[in-house]
Amino acid sequence: MRNPVRTEAEAFSFVIAVLALFVAVAVAGILAGGWIALVAFLVLGPLVFYRYFRSDPKTVEPAVWERDRSGGLHRILVVANETVAGRALRDEVVRRAGEDGRVLVVSPALNTRIRHWTSDEDEARAAAQARLDESLGALAAVGVDARGQVGDDDPIQAIEDSLRTFGADEIVLSTHPPGRSNWLEAGVVERARERFECPIAHVVVDLERERSLADR
Amino acid sequence: MNAHAEAHGAHPPVANQSSRVDSRLLGIYFFIASEVMLFGAFFSAYFFARVAVHHDEWPPKPYELPVYATLLNTLILVSSSFTMHWALQSIKRNNRQGLIGGLALTFGLGLTFLLIQAREYTRLGFSPHDLAFGSTFYGLTGLHGCHVLIGLSLLAFALVRSIRGHYGPAAHDHLGVEIPGIYWHFVDVMWIVVYTTVYVL
Repeated sequence: MRNPVRTEAEAFSFVIAVLALFVAVAVAGILAGGWIALVAFLVLGPLVFYRYFRSDPKTVEPAVWERDRSGGLHRILVVANETVAGRALRDEVVRRAGEDGRVLVVSPALNTRIRHWTSDEDEARAAAQARLDESLGALAAVGVDARGQVGDDDPIQAIEDSLRTFGADEIVLSTHPPGRSNWLEAGVVERARERFECPIAHVVVDLERERSLADR
Repeated sequence: MNAHAEAHGAHPPVANQSSRVDSRLLGIYFFIASEVMLFGAFFSAYFFARVAVHHDEWPPKPYELPVYATLLNTLILVSSSFTMHWALQSIKRNNRQGLIGGLALTFGLGLTFLLIQAREYTRLGFSPHDLAFGSTFYGLTGLHGCHVLIGLSLLAFALVRSIRGHYGPAAHDHLGVEIPGIYWHFVDVMWIVVYTTVYVL
């Protein structure tokens, strides 16, 4: 979603959209009178604003964060929702962390839109914390030095928040398989690669398959 | 050294900004939101005077508004949005001449707009005392003119700083141009609305 006051480029695009709208309104007013102009504004206004606000931002500024190189530790930021406790993700983190890697696991507090806007997020945070605890326990069991935190329900925002205190060298993003993943549908991996200038690995975790294999 | 400072290596901990927006941008959000409400109040007064009080012709006879001269002035102001955008795009590409040229042109166009508006005021033939029409007309256009003046001040600061070698291509290095740019585009948007509703319709 675009925001006309986030950057100058977005504000400029908004000027163009408003200009187009009001030229149409003015033409309607000159040709058919003030009330028709009002109708034109009421009809065209929502269309123009919907098109503007729902389109992709014109420019995405890359995020900048301080990477702490002291100690030569490799820092991995892991972002995962329901897949945080998946075996495929755990194996990938173990492989990437090696012996001296530091891992921060972020589990976004997934919430419904209405609950998000009403700040009713206790349940979502509790569920995310439970998933996180399970994941951290599994990583600790295989000797990975990992800590965790519950993040914003927007995964891009959760990454950005985490990078302010954890200077990651790489990011591992875990999702459900294509077709079952809301994050993939929303283009989270592509948006993250556009926004964060560090290697981003995408790990697909098929929980259903893992469960069926475990049941055998 | 107290225990708290010791725990953080003799300096305060890094601020954890977990907000969705940068605090400086959040400031301009709230500022522009308050400005929209301010203009909203003036527009409400204008439409009340026009629709609820004056049922006959608008503007009331014998007053007339210089629609075409102000259209030219509108084009001047809208052009300044393009030059402002050019200035920002230039500094993002590390083109300082483009930044200075864009800002200087934007300032010049904005100043021209303001001078033409001031000249228009002297030739309109009515004053803020003349009916609700005069009050609302001068209220709306004058309020906008004040915003142009503030915008010109911000542009002047940015122009002087750019001539002195400030700003750079990184996002956090040209926030001093970015925020006046957002404000300037807001001033343009408000004028497009003012011109259409007050002069054209």
